[in-house]
Amino acid sequence: MTEMSKESLSSLHNVNTRQPHGNFFTRHHVDLPLMLFFCITLCLSMFVLYSASGQQSDMLVRQLLRTLAAFALMIVVAQIPPKVYFKLSIYLYLLGIVLLVLVELFGDISKGAQRWLNLGLIRIQPSEIFKVVMPLTIAAFLSRDNLPPRPLNTIIAFALVGAPTALILMEPDLGTAGLVGFSGFIAIFIAGLSWWWIILGAAAAGAALPVMWNFVLHDYQKQRIFTLLDPTTDPLGAGYHIIQSKIAIGSGGVFGKGWLQGSQSQLDFLPEPHTDFIFAVLSEETGLIGFLILITVYCFIIGRCIYISFRAHGNFERILSASFTFTFMFYIFVNIGMVSGILPVVGVPLPLISYGGTAMITLTISFGMIMSIYTHKKVMFFKS
Amino acid sequence: MSLFRRKKKKELPLFSERRRKKKRRREVGVGESKKRNPEAETSLFHSRIIICTGISLLMIAVLFCNLYYLQVISYESYQTRSNENRLKVVPVVPSRGIIYDRNHVVLADNRPVYHLVLYPNKEINTRDSITQLSKLLRLDLSEKEINNLVFQASTRKRFSGIEISDLLTEEQIAAFSVHSYRFPNVQVVASLKRFYPFADIVTHAIGYVSRINQADVDRLTAEGKIDNYEGSLEIGKLGVEKFYEDELHGKTGSREVEVNSHGQVIRTLNYNAPDPGNDITVSIDIRLQYYIQELLGSTRGAVVAIEPSTGEILAMYSNPSYDPNLFVRGIRSAEYQRLLNNPGHPLINRVTQGGYAPASTVKPLLCIMGLNEKLVTPLGSYFGKPSFRLPNSSHEFRDWRPWGHGWLDLYRAIEISADTYFYDLAFRAGIGTIHDYLDRFGFGKRTGIDIKEESLGINPSRDWKRARFNQPWHLGDTVPIGIGQGYWTTTLLQLIKAHMTLANYGEKRTPHLMRNIVDPSKPAEELDYVSEEQPPVFEVNDPNYWDVCRAGMYLVVNGPEGTGRRAFFGAKYKAAGKSGTAQVVSVKQGEKYNAAKLKVEHRDNALFVAYAPFVHPRILVGVILENAGGGSAKAAPVARAIIDKYLLELYPGGYMGESTPHMMKFGIGGTVMVQ
Repeated sequence: MTEMSKESLSSLHNVNTRQPHGNFFTRHHVDLPLMLFFCITLCLSMFVLYSASGQQSDMLVRQLLRTLAAFALMIVVAQIPPKVYFKLSIYLYLLGIVLLVLVELFGDISKGAQRWLNLGLIRIQPSEIFKVVMPLTIAAFLSRDNLPPRPLNTIIAFALVGAPTALILMEPDLGTAGLVGFSGFIAIFIAGLSWWWIILGAAAAGAALPVMWNFVLHDYQKQRIFTLLDPTTDPLGAGYHIIQSKIAIGSGGVFGKGWLQGSQSQLDFLPEPHTDFIFAVLSEETGLIGFLILITVYCFIIGRCIYISFRAHGNFERILSASFTFTFMFYIFVNIGMVSGILPVVGVPLPLISYGGTAMITLTISFGMIMSIYTHKKVMFFKS
Repeated sequence: MSLFRRKKKKELPLFSERRRKKKRRREVGVGESKKRNPEAETSLFHSRIIICTGISLLMIAVLFCNLYYLQVISYESYQTRSNENRLKVVPVVPSRGIIYDRNHVVLADNRPVYHLVLYPNKEINTRDSITQLSKLLRLDLSEKEINNLVFQASTRKRFSGIEISDLLTEEQIAAFSVHSYRFPNVQVVASLKRFYPFADIVTHAIGYVSRINQADVDRLTAEGKIDNYEGSLEIGKLGVEKFYEDELHGKTGSREVEVNSHGQVIRTLNYNAPDPGNDITVSIDIRLQYYIQELLGSTRGAVVAIEPSTGEILAMYSNPSYDPNLFVRGIRSAEYQRLLNNPGHPLINRVTQGGYAPASTVKPLLCIMGLNEKLVTPLGSYFGKPSFRLPNSSHEFRDWRPWGHGWLDLYRAIEISADTYFYDLAFRAGIGTIHDYLDRFGFGKRTGIDIKEESLGINPSRDWKRARFNQPWHLGDTVPIGIGQGYWTTTLLQLIKAHMTLANYGEKRTPHLMRNIVDPSKPAEELDYVSEEQPPVFEVNDPNYWDVCRAGMYLVVNGPEGTGRRAFFGAKYKAAGKSGTAQVVSVKQGEKYNAAKLKVEHRDNALFVAYAPFVHPRILVGVILENAGGGSAKAAPVARAIIDKYLLELYPGGYMGESTPHMMKFGIGGTVMVQ
């Protein structure tokens, strides 16, 4: 931050260089660099989306409006001080659990999974709520006590993570369950999870894997894993998506085929080119250079968030911002990994680029909270 | 590991601390507790963030390496596969050559028809689409047909469509257009389809095209022509369409197109125009052909009219006939059963596939043999008794006239069709000689006509009988051969070909349908029919023999006792001919033939062969009417009508005979003025 207080009037200001009344944006709880990177990502998204949607400008307009609404929501979220979220977290968590149970009982079924809950006016996907609520709850719970967490707290924290994850897994939605579980885990990890736990957990997971394979995973999920291992076994069935996506990416080369020139994307060879597989479109048309540009923008966002996490005071704020940051990175990794054929196909969109409102809103809420953490400064009087 | 140890150390004091501060309460700020170690927490937190950042960088590196592998190392392979995906070479089917009659009337045409083609797509339920389309367009597809289509859809190779309907009406096209948004993977495809405007009039000669089946594919593969049939749906199955398939089909072109994943063509990148098939003019006169159909009515039979000087077939009709357009459309099983079970056997080409006893029509031909082998002389007399007996045999070979004919020379024997004269001739010639001469006339072998549906008939011989029945040849088998009965069967076309040789004074001609082949792009270059008759001439010791036998045939039509004189009474030209009445079943010794007592299919076949004008005939007609009765009574009037139609009505003003009459002397003092 260059425009940080140049005129430090008191020692207080020296301690808290990012004082809330720095400039216009910080006064209004908006982090300018993050905002800037978001706008760059949005522009990138618009270009790729235009190509991926088959040059439909109405789709573009819809996404633009949605994104602007999501940004507005982000700013609103940023206005609320972190302690409110701290207090709200447990209620949000309980509400989320109730909704998940309702989904299990009354949810709409689409594509073989029960994910949507029809509330009359709106249809919601309660599993999405947990992408935000999960780190929030864990951060709130663990920051009540000293860090690193005691074993009892760790067990409770894992139970808090496990309950919604299991419910989402039952829908079944392996992708979201994994993301939710991961975001909870990363929060616990950042809170200082003992390495013993990690070793024990890894061993237990290794032991549980055969059980999972036989009793928990659905056939289509197993199929996806088989397909990942060798897509050519079923080139027109489940492996088709992966093969076509890899062809799109590979044929892009270093410089790509040019914007709107990707034959795989423009001729419908890619599955869902505007949502989950949008990275294949980007890669085909802009090549390895496109990936580097995208990852650079992402790195700026993540870097800024890491910076904010470093500067955050209070365990709740730290855990929350860091777990949001790394969950965001995890989304990127899972999406690109799945599209380029090193991870199984689970429904994870490319953050900030893919078409769709739900994922965008989830992300902007998390970033809103990060901004709120950054801009709502707590003055620490005891430091001199 | 160092990290690990550090954590462990850190935890210990915290664990011990815990016991002391069991009841800790949150008092100030969020997540703040009364007693804590902020510095330790901060450093723990920072180390965790650094670990996570490290893992993040590792993730990015993994992604980059994978993308580097895909986009740089494997670039070429993926580029190839991407092009294979999007580029497709589509065959462009050439338009089939048109078939014209001798007056350039179109006999086989190409008409645009509209197909409904579905490109199977994983996203869209094929069965639902077909069911909805069937309902929408009233295609009335049965459950079985739908199952079959769904099966096709699942087994077809990628990008190729399945045909739901191959003949859409305009209403159906309109109905589909309105609802096409509901069927994004269904297209209306226009193509040219064969159409035979004269339906059943020329079926047996022109034939038809129909869907290429597995047998065709195998044959084309063996002949190395399969590549040229890429995309073609039809192939000639019968008649001229089959025989000249290679000429008519043309050369398939290609179009390199960009397709999307549904197989729909987005744009054309490259176009290689196909070479359209060559047009064929056949020698048939559709007016004569139609006239013959009218003449025959419901009588089963066959008619050939031919130009003897060239061998061009003017008309070739087999009754009953059928509509070839059914086969183009794809004949339905019930329709096909009806054709198969029709007692008239319409699918058989009676002209080239019907094996008939030629009966008395062959008597002039046997006379050539008799004269050339010096078994008879033109004026040598023979007493025609009511029947003929082999030496030392009681079996009577009866003459058609119960009281015999009295004294006969060769002319009168032909004129009156005296059976005993020819029994005697056949007996004296022996089967070996007869077989040899019949072979030279072309019996028992292919005539060379340019259609493939031809049976050989039987030119009997000792070997044949041994092979066929494993019995020796008896003398009694030879005798009926003299009147064209017995084991001898011939097709009408073989008979006509033999008579054409006679009418041409020994010059042999191949009966054929094709007049010329024209490449539509080079209309000036006509490829005319070339006869490959070997040997080209029927050699006899004395060319006068031809005149003698032709004179006998002249008398059949014009003589005072001629069997065809009534039918040809008052003709404006001088014709020659020969009747024949073929027994279908043998009449027992001592019994009389009585048509009324016999079943219809056991009654006599009526035959007549005639040509006109006498000296240089322009038309030669062969008629066979199954189970119609006597040749002179039933078949001769038909032959007369055809010749009248051709010479007087269709092509009037042509050669009608010599301008200066010349005298012809016959046998025992008979003279006739021939014009």
